[in-house]
Amino acid sequence: MIWLTWRQFRTQAWVAAAALAVIAVALALTGLNLAHLYDATGAASCQAHGDCGTLSTTFMNHVKASLTYKALYDGGVAILYAAPALIGIFWGAPLVTREVETGTFRLAWNQSVTRTRWLAVKLGLVGLAAMATAGLFSLMIGWWASPIDRALGLAADRNGSSVINRFSPLLFGARGITPLGYAAFAFALGVTLGVLIRRTVPAMAATLAVFTGALISMSLWVRPHLIAPLHAISALNTANIVGVMSGTGSGSPMTVAGGVNLPGAWVLSNQTIGASGRVFTGPATQACASGSIQACNAHIGSLHLRQLVTYQPAVRYWAFQWYETAIFLALALVLAGFCVWWIRRRRLS
Amino acid sequence: MTAVLQSRGLGKRYRQRWALSDCTLSLPAGHVVGLVGPNGAGKTTLLHLATGLLRPTTGTIEVLGGLPAASPAQLARVGFVAQDAPTYAGLSVADHLRQRTHLNPGWDADLAHDRIERLGLDPRQRAGKLSGGQRAQLALTLAIAKRPELLILDEPIASLDPLARREFLQSLMEFTAGHRVSVVMSSHLMADLERVCDYLILLVAGRVRVAAPVEELLGTHRLVTGVRCDPATWPADWQVISASHTDRQSTLLVRTSDPVHDPAWAVEQIGLEDLVLAYMSQAQAAAPGRTPALEVQR
Amino acid sequence: MVIEFHLDARSGVAPYLQIVQQVRQALRLGTLSVGDQLPTVKDVVAALAINPNTVLKAYRELEYEGLAAARPGVGTFVTATLSDGSLAAHGPLRRDLERWLAKARRAGLDDDSIEALYRDTFRAAAKEEAL
Repeated sequence: MIWLTWRQFRTQAWVAAAALAVIAVALALTGLNLAHLYDATGAASCQAHGDCGTLSTTFMNHVKASLTYKALYDGGVAILYAAPALIGIFWGAPLVTREVETGTFRLAWNQSVTRTRWLAVKLGLVGLAAMATAGLFSLMIGWWASPIDRALGLAADRNGSSVINRFSPLLFGARGITPLGYAAFAFALGVTLGVLIRRTVPAMAATLAVFTGALISMSLWVRPHLIAPLHAISALNTANIVGVMSGTGSGSPMTVAGGVNLPGAWVLSNQTIGASGRVFTGPATQACASGSIQACNAHIGSLHLRQLVTYQPAVRYWAFQWYETAIFLALALVLAGFCVWWIRRRRLS
Repeated sequence: MTAVLQSRGLGKRYRQRWALSDCTLSLPAGHVVGLVGPNGAGKTTLLHLATGLLRPTTGTIEVLGGLPAASPAQLARVGFVAQDAPTYAGLSVADHLRQRTHLNPGWDADLAHDRIERLGLDPRQRAGKLSGGQRAQLALTLAIAKRPELLILDEPIASLDPLARREFLQSLMEFTAGHRVSVVMSSHLMADLERVCDYLILLVAGRVRVAAPVEELLGTHRLVTGVRCDPATWPADWQVISASHTDRQSTLLVRTSDPVHDPAWAVEQIGLEDLVLAYMSQAQAAAPGRTPALEVQR
Repeated sequence: MVIEFHLDARSGVAPYLQIVQQVRQALRLGTLSVGDQLPTVKDVVAALAINPNTVLKAYRELEYEGLAAARPGVGTFVTATLSDGSLAAHGPLRRDLERWLAKARRAGLDDDSIEALYRDTFRAAAKEEAL
């Protein structure tokens, strides 16, 4: 059964191997230069000097100036999200539907192998290959991007927009071990939908839709609550104000944004609250509506506002990685078990 | 003698429709059984129930004294060629044989290679590139070489050209001559079955209409022709399967155990194909849901 | 193989009887003689694509008629022959036939009618025999 599964999987395995090889070459050619660049800016030993923020910005500017680095970085993120989806679509969905559409499952089930063993070996072998492929991609791309990731992790929020670091929703699923969990889940999902729908193309489409939905749901609604976030309340001093938005007339609504200095953390929300504890919304005084920045800042300072930051600290990054991977692996196992149970009881065609 | 296939009240329902109902059979061993019926009559359903691909909705079925596909040992005693002889398109002929070696305890590799050689198949040829007849022969080889006691074939030659059909049947019969094996073969082409089958099952609309040895069927059915007369005057021991009348003449297909000596009737033998057609049209004329008056059961 | 069989699916004659007839014909023509081995069941079946039981039935019939005998593990062999000369030996049958012919002529049948009557009766009798 192992031999048969391998023979049926051979082509797909070679495609994956080729893709890995191509990416590996591209990354190897540029990765060392990137690492040297990082060392050259001195960011590696910035902790001692206390100027990490500036050094990281310098380094990032160099990176953004180069089209190659930017393309490879963005491409790497795209690949790490695309790979599990493609695995689910091209390895998962056809695993069973192809045998149903050609009728070869009848050939297989007449031999001295039980339905359970037949599906379990297919699931196990190709599932492990899926995780290995995703793992290799994550390893290679993670190694190449590590200077950039470290630089992002050192940056503090200076201009009001959140810094994207490896803990941010956009990057979290493209680093570390989460791609393995995603790959296993997408694969098991593909097989399950294939078993239920029994036709290849609809199963592929459904896999893509459900997988995307699952990732988005996880990142929006589940991940923030895996561990209760921390809340930090501090006085909003004028030096820390990074943005004020107000209407043109006196009395119009106004919002104030304070800077966040939590390198490497995942900032869930950053609010300026008034004495009452609710979000400060103005009203804008003459000073801020049409006055100078200093006057406005002075006015805000007199209001004794506070800043409430809800965040997941940087040290929790790996805990989150493990939790999320474990959740998706568990889902994959449940789906796999369901598939085996289903084909034992039901007819496939 | 143990029956190779025994079913009692077997039925299978898909959603609202009964594909097979009230099927009671006892097939003796050592025969080549032909399973005939129009398309959609339930032949594939019955064969899938016999191979364990389907589970019955009602009733029971036993194959070689055990439940179908109950264990690897049971699976080893039954060979199956599904409709359209499925094969792995990407694997070569030799790969198919190798795969079987791994997964079948009683696999006779010499028999398999011998057959492949005699059939003239190139072992390195991929199964997807074989002709229909070659694929059917490959599928038959895969089923035969595990030395089964029962061979089940689901319309194996339906889509083949006449030469390929003949070669397949020659191959199959050669195997049955040399080994103790029972064969159940379904087809909607009577001409092929007439040559090879010595037991016949007719399925129409999911019900068994005929299940008896061919010799008995041909021996007990007669085509009688005579002057048209009142049905009440027909002999009491006649079971009339079909009757057609003109103004003056009646032609009846009759099932009777005694020879017809009455000089008023001209008696003729009837061929198997015409006999089956008569039963089929009689079954389809009967109101749905009602058991027809005449069922030949053994 | 010494001889080959062929099957006429449409002749209305049972397949096993066709085999028996072909063996008899071979004996008459001299292609088969005493001691020759008849084709094995496997060979006949592989050539004709018919049920092995049909061939077994035919060979049993030949055995019953005394024309062949089965040797277990070896095959079926011809044990007797049909000689042309036997026709001359059937004196009583010939005389009965002459008397019947005379009766037919007196009844007014011409040559064609006599032949037709003979053929019909022969065929009907053969079918009854086969049933």
